Amino acid sequence: MSMILLIEQVLNGLQFGVMLFLMAAGLTLIFGVMGLINLAHGSLYMVGAFAAAAVAGWTGSFALALVAALAAAAAAGALIELLVIRRLYDRDHLDQVLATFALILIFSEGTRWLFGSFPLFLDVPAALAGPIMLPGGILYPLYRLVIIGVGLLVAAGVFWLIAKTRIGIQIRAGEADREMIAALGIDISRLYTMVFALGAALAGLAGALVGAIQSVQVGMGEPVLILAFVVIVIGGIGSIKGALVGSILVGLTDTLGGVLLPPLFGTFMQASSATSVGSAVASMSIYILMVGVLLFKPSGLFGGK
Amino acid sequence: MKLRTLIAAASIAALGAGMAYADGGKVKVGMITTLSGGGAGLGIDVRDGFVLAAKGNENLELVIEDDQRKPDVAVQLTDKLIQSEKVDVLTGIIWSNLAMAVVPAATAQGKFYLSPNAGPSALAGKGCSPLYFNVAWQNDAFYEAGGLWASENGIEKVFLMAPNYPAGTDGMTGFKRTFKGEVVGEVYTKLGQTDYAAEIAQIRASDADTVYFFLPGGMGISFMKQFAGSGVDKNVMGPAFSFDQGILGAIGDAALGVKNTSHWSKDIDNAANKKFVADFQAEYGRLPSLYAAQGYDTALLLQSAMGKADVADAAAFQAALEEADFASVRGDFAFAPNHHPIQDIYMREVIKEGDVVTNKIVGVASSDHQDVYGADCKM
Repeated sequence: MSMILLIEQVLNGLQFGVMLFLMAAGLTLIFGVMGLINLAHGSLYMVGAFAAAAVAGWTGSFALALVAALAAAAAAGALIELLVIRRLYDRDHLDQVLATFALILIFSEGTRWLFGSFPLFLDVPAALAGPIMLPGGILYPLYRLVIIGVGLLVAAGVFWLIAKTRIGIQIRAGEADREMIAALGIDISRLYTMVFALGAALAGLAGALVGAIQSVQVGMGEPVLILAFVVIVIGGIGSIKGALVGSILVGLTDTLGGVLLPPLFGTFMQASSATSVGSAVASMSIYILMVGVLLFKPSGLFGGK
Repeated sequence: MKLRTLIAAASIAALGAGMAYADGGKVKVGMITTLSGGGAGLGIDVRDGFVLAAKGNENLELVIEDDQRKPDVAVQLTDKLIQSEKVDVLTGIIWSNLAMAVVPAATAQGKFYLSPNAGPSALAGKGCSPLYFNVAWQNDAFYEAGGLWASENGIEKVFLMAPNYPAGTDGMTGFKRTFKGEVVGEVYTKLGQTDYAAEIAQIRASDADTVYFFLPGGMGISFMKQFAGSGVDKNVMGPAFSFDQGILGAIGDAALGVKNTSHWSKDIDNAANKKFVADFQAEYGRLPSLYAAQGYDTALLLQSAMGKADVADAAAFQAALEEADFASVRGDFAFAPNHHPIQDIYMREVIKEGDVVTNKIVGVASSDHQDVYGADCKM
């Protein structure tokens, strides 16, 4: 395998990881701060993608579409927090799973009712379409580089928000001791709504960015949701740093596993069976990674508790 | 008191339903198809095509159920339709794995099954049944035709790609069965995978002149958009599933120029097809897909048999179905001895008509195509 191909695949893995981070960051914040398992996080990703596709269809502007995705997902997040999620904080995890699973079904059928059963069209803006030549003779799609850039910027923004701002202090305090922060006069329920809307907006952004190169369709969020859960388990629940490291690890493992394993099996097996066995092992690779991490660090790489 | 009234009302209603069925000459059809979840577009098209063709026929009673693309749900619905709804004919299933769960059970209970889509090889060969008719295709048909066309049109080196599940690997086997050139790369991806950057990099690095892929639904949309954005300059071919009307709208211009094999296209020149395309657009306000065409033909076939025989006389009804005496939107259509179609498979190209991205026939890829499994079928 040539060096160029390998570098290109590493970039692909990075891009996939950064996109996963946008999902996992919200999920891990919500789990860490509120102790809530939110299965409907994938639906917020879908809401973002559909809002972006609809607005891009009406206005033709990708920038407006991104704004719409952020706004729609944040609004949907705030709404379900106020109506449903709020009642679940004190319940056990099984109730939360049940209720947020119901939300998935409601969101899916609601979206189908609004937009129909056929996938929507959302394309990369003309300015970002096509490949560019990187140093070293690597031809790489510009849009994917932009996703990597946007993702890293958002990651930096979230770190700054958590570490340096007053809201970040409140979020971290809420994570450590819910009763005490309420006793100190901070409106905990407003804080929860904000965190939830923030997580939702990140998911919506991921949905819109990825929707442009994938397919905007009902149920698009659930496969990503599963990967995002793997990421936060690997990274340590509640840790933003863990979510970032976990996302990149999962992104690289998944991409490179799919590329390197089939030829590796090909060195000692017949070509045809090596392809299928290699592909099968590659699709397990991130779960093998998760098992490996949990063996040595049962609470994840950066898990505190 | 209230409860008793309720029970009484329910029994009367049940009695009424039973009586309606007892009428002679009527056929009750149970349609189990996918109307919710990821693959709903396909089921909705089959249903709409069927309903359109059966419109106004008072002897045909239709019960529609949603299998949610889940085999266990499909099996439950089959039991319900056969035992409590007492249907005579079943149809509707989109996916091969669901068909394998439902069809053998339905035919074993003496019910006719008309497949409007799935055509697993087991049901065309050893597992064939006198009561099972496939009105669409055997799963390998589009791939074999694709391989033939590629061999005859100067394509020498192909890169194959499909999801790692039976329909994917079977499809690629079908292509290799008829393709005479060289397969320079072969990748099987995860089912449901949406990011193909890694595979596209491999395609770029290979010396293939053509990419041949089967990625149904959202997978194909993702792949085509990413492939067009990657700047890789190779021919693209595939079966029609990845380039059908419901999907092309979401891919947009990225699909232009792609060659795909299909048994149906909206520009097949015959009266039945023209009527179908016009009626479908008038009724539903969208262009029909090949799934809609299959649903439509299924209802035409059923009604042609209803005109000749009573469904209660299974042997006569089977013979009437075997005649396939209806004007198919595909043109010539006949059943092989294993109850699978003998039909032309066309090569289509994705083009733009005004603002609409759609398909146009460029030639016949395989005329009077018939599957290879029929030899194992002993009825």
